Amino acid sequence: MSLVALATPIVAPTIEYARIAPVLIVLGAALLGVLIEAFVSRPLRRGAQLFVTFIALAVAFWAVVRLHGTSTLAVQGAVAIDGPTLFLQGSVLLLSLVAALLMAEREVDPAGDAFAARASALPGSNEEREFTAMGWTQTEVWPLFLFSVGGMLLFPAANDLLTMFVALEVLSLPLYLLAGMARRRRLLSQEAALKYFVLGAFSSAFFLFGAALLYGFAGTVQFGGIASALSSRAGQTGLVLGGTGLIAVGLLFKVGAAPFHQWTPDVYQGSPTPITAFMAAGTKVAAFGALLRVFYVALGGIRWDWRPMMWTIAILTMVVGVVMALTQQDIKRMLAYSSVAHAGFLLTGVIAVSQRGLGGSMFYLLTYGFTVIGAFAVVSLVRDSAGEATHLSQWAGLGKRSPLLAGIFTVFLLAMAGIPLTSGFAGKFAIFASAVASGDGPLVVVAVLASAAAAFFYIRVIVLMFFSEPAQDGPVVVVPSAFTTIALAVCVAVTVVLGVMPQPVLNLVDQASVFVR
Amino acid sequence: MSNSHLLTILLAVPFIGSVVVMLLPRHRPLLAKQVALIFALVTFALTVAVALKFDNGAAGFQFTEKYSWISYFGVSYSLGVDGIALVLIALAAILVPVVMISGWHDADDARGSVNGYFALILVLETMMIGVFAATDVFLFYVFFEAMLVPMYFLIGRYGGPQRSYAAVKFLLYSLLGGLLMLVALISLYVVSIKQLGTGTFDFTTLTTQLHLDAGTQKLLFLGFFTAFAVKAPMWPVHTWLPDAAAEATPASAVLLVGVLDKVGTFGMLRYCLPLFPQASHYFTPAILVLSIIGIGYGALLAIGQADIKRLIAYTSISHFGFIVLGIFAMTSQGQAGATLYMVNHGFSTGALFIIAGFMISRRGSRLVSDFGGVQKVAPVLAGTFLLAGLSSLALPGLSSFVSEFLVLVGTFSRYKAAGVAATLGIVLAAIYILYLYQRTMTGPVREGIERWKDLNVREILAVAPLLVLVVALGIFPQTALRTIDPAIVQTMQSIGVSDPPPVVNLGSGSSNGGTNP
Repeated sequence: MSLVALATPIVAPTIEYARIAPVLIVLGAALLGVLIEAFVSRPLRRGAQLFVTFIALAVAFWAVVRLHGTSTLAVQGAVAIDGPTLFLQGSVLLLSLVAALLMAEREVDPAGDAFAARASALPGSNEEREFTAMGWTQTEVWPLFLFSVGGMLLFPAANDLLTMFVALEVLSLPLYLLAGMARRRRLLSQEAALKYFVLGAFSSAFFLFGAALLYGFAGTVQFGGIASALSSRAGQTGLVLGGTGLIAVGLLFKVGAAPFHQWTPDVYQGSPTPITAFMAAGTKVAAFGALLRVFYVALGGIRWDWRPMMWTIAILTMVVGVVMALTQQDIKRMLAYSSVAHAGFLLTGVIAVSQRGLGGSMFYLLTYGFTVIGAFAVVSLVRDSAGEATHLSQWAGLGKRSPLLAGIFTVFLLAMAGIPLTSGFAGKFAIFASAVASGDGPLVVVAVLASAAAAFFYIRVIVLMFFSEPAQDGPVVVVPSAFTTIALAVCVAVTVVLGVMPQPVLNLVDQASVFVR
Repeated sequence: MSNSHLLTILLAVPFIGSVVVMLLPRHRPLLAKQVALIFALVTFALTVAVALKFDNGAAGFQFTEKYSWISYFGVSYSLGVDGIALVLIALAAILVPVVMISGWHDADDARGSVNGYFALILVLETMMIGVFAATDVFLFYVFFEAMLVPMYFLIGRYGGPQRSYAAVKFLLYSLLGGLLMLVALISLYVVSIKQLGTGTFDFTTLTTQLHLDAGTQKLLFLGFFTAFAVKAPMWPVHTWLPDAAAEATPASAVLLVGVLDKVGTFGMLRYCLPLFPQASHYFTPAILVLSIIGIGYGALLAIGQADIKRLIAYTSISHFGFIVLGIFAMTSQGQAGATLYMVNHGFSTGALFIIAGFMISRRGSRLVSDFGGVQKVAPVLAGTFLLAGLSSLALPGLSSFVSEFLVLVGTFSRYKAAGVAATLGIVLAAIYILYLYQRTMTGPVREGIERWKDLNVREILAVAPLLVLVVALGIFPQTALRTIDPAIVQTMQSIGVSDPPPVVNLGSGSSNGGTNP
């Protein structure tokens, strides 16, 4: 067979440029951003980068909307452009737009934006002070950000294991860098970046090894081919199960599921808060998109083999996330562990293996994305002289000092706790309903108990903000510029509207929740 | 009569009121109070209009409205009232303006703003009306859970020294119960998809067209019942109530014990019995035992309390035992009595809480031992307290007597032992009320209360309507019972039971549940 393949002349692949336009637009804009860094004079760079970023994201979103209704494979079957892809790409782009607004914020920190004046300068060195005094900003964050967005757009669309791996790296590598670029607490930030990089590289290797095993079994890396090989051939279960397990490790690392979640608290805490927001929302959407596609399209046929594993991981993730979040004293770490718990809730949608499960997961991802970005936006505004005041005790009495901001944060916390009339409740309902319909009632009971326990640490923050006396030298709430204000307004609006009137988006999800095979 | 928008208007008025009150300037608290009271009175007037248009003879829901809300989940915004719902809505609509008048100065020097206090009460009123008027189980759940949020803030921001502990305990207990109900709700929905093709939460459809097997019924019953038992609260999940009621302001405590807790018993009657008739029969013995324990336990602990508000809270636990007993006696007298009991308890215990609040604010202490001889200094206060107390211990001629008697007759006709055991509760009730009265009102005048002023006009205005109702419903219970009876007959039909034949024929047939004893 391989001889025949060698004998046929190599045909140039056909590439449907229009169908992968969203990815191309974003990656093209990232390259343009690199050129801007090289050729545009320093004072103009920030403006140019902002212009390019926002235009690119908006145009890419427009391109996604134009593709509405497409359901086909593209680029020789390497990429699937279907409902889930488009919905998740649209979600990633909208969330990136909001995250970009946070990144553009310059008013909250008197020294400039959230990023180091010069990432290469040693923390605490004279050089660092000079660059800070000169008001430099590291505008390279913008092309890096766009590269990462490009990876996130490709990740849920990838229809073979290699494309998926490439997307994984494209989305991750810029994030490793961005994680290390915080202006304040730079050592913590650099430690976060290194941890993220080392563990991320490790998990990528797992993914690649799993891909090799599955290739060894199926003779192809394409999901459709793997699925048909699984249905036609029994035996060689070692390769299949080993490959499935290893691929799962790589993807579960990215979504932050236990026991592969250890990086989340450190990275969430150390990264510049806008990047944490972007990562918490965008990576989760993209990685769950990829996870859903692999496990529904390629490995759906052996669901009876991997569901017990996923059950265990889902329960472990929920329990670990909730229990660890209960003990946290730092708001960013608490939100990190809460994101672990949410990954557990989302896994119940993966386990459902049904159209409703897919739809529910996509809806949940969108709602959670906006809520978590909003929550981190609030975190970025509560500051003292050393930067963000992230210790929980510093948040005492915030409701007295700034009722509006505390009220907004309460909305996000209630949404994460899944209180009705917030988007979080609609998302939880969608996902739990699909799991019960697939016969996973006991798992849903565990998830519900975890939700009840999780409510405790969200409520604890509300108690702190509203029912405690403010500390004497507590942090101040900075009045942000239009960038963060718009981002916050959008996040609150989405959280409330999708809680009260989720039907239009659920319609969209319902139409979009069929994978092309 | 159908598709009048009266119920929606009834929901909208307090909600609009809360928004208006929040928007009023903070430095004019009097204006906020007046506007809030006007909205509460308008709501009351609308309730009267509903009650006058209500057709006592007709079975089924009246004033029905139905619009698709989240069609993805088969959820509709559908409202309607039967007799049971109507009297409970009336209870809420009467208590809200009363507590506003009684709590006129509650928030004057509280941590939160006066506007916030009255706005929260109005939001709570919206939720309370909604929870009784919903005929879609999902909508009911949304109100059931969302109701916790305003109550949580009412306790946590405006309550006593232990307020945040009490608020969190209240919220966590309720959330845990509510989330278990959510699982049952989702399962019900999944069963409806399987049996009816499309998922629905419509109460009438679910009760008439769904056929659940016995095992499923038991599980789902437990899910719903746990939530309602926590809410009611029944022994042994009652421990949050004394804390919450003692720390809340008297006004919030009245709404909490008077209306919110009724949602639990209302839920048992409206949802548990008709949705899961077989399971209800199966669990009846256990529930009867629990409610009898609750009657005795609540009464005994009430006798031993040193804190007036906790004492009243424990008497309520005893009363809730009677209500649950009446519901699960499965006789029309028992259930009609239980429903009437919910209303009467709201008025008599509400009056007790309000008058106790007047005493506590005068003395600055909640301890029984700090009072004594009040009837010499403030005879009107003592008199009103005695009247409310006598109603609470079910003195013949006052309203609670009728309901308690109906409950006991209804229980005795089917479960003799339970009926006999519950009668002990009446004896204990006499002890806790008269003992409390004796310690606080009679005897030598305690120091610290010699200069007390008797009730002022505002305070009399707050208590008078309740006491008038206590007497009026004691003499003419038939007005309320006529409204309640058709709904009880329907509930009895849907669970497939009929009253046992009278043991001794006294001439006045007791087959008609509404017969005045």
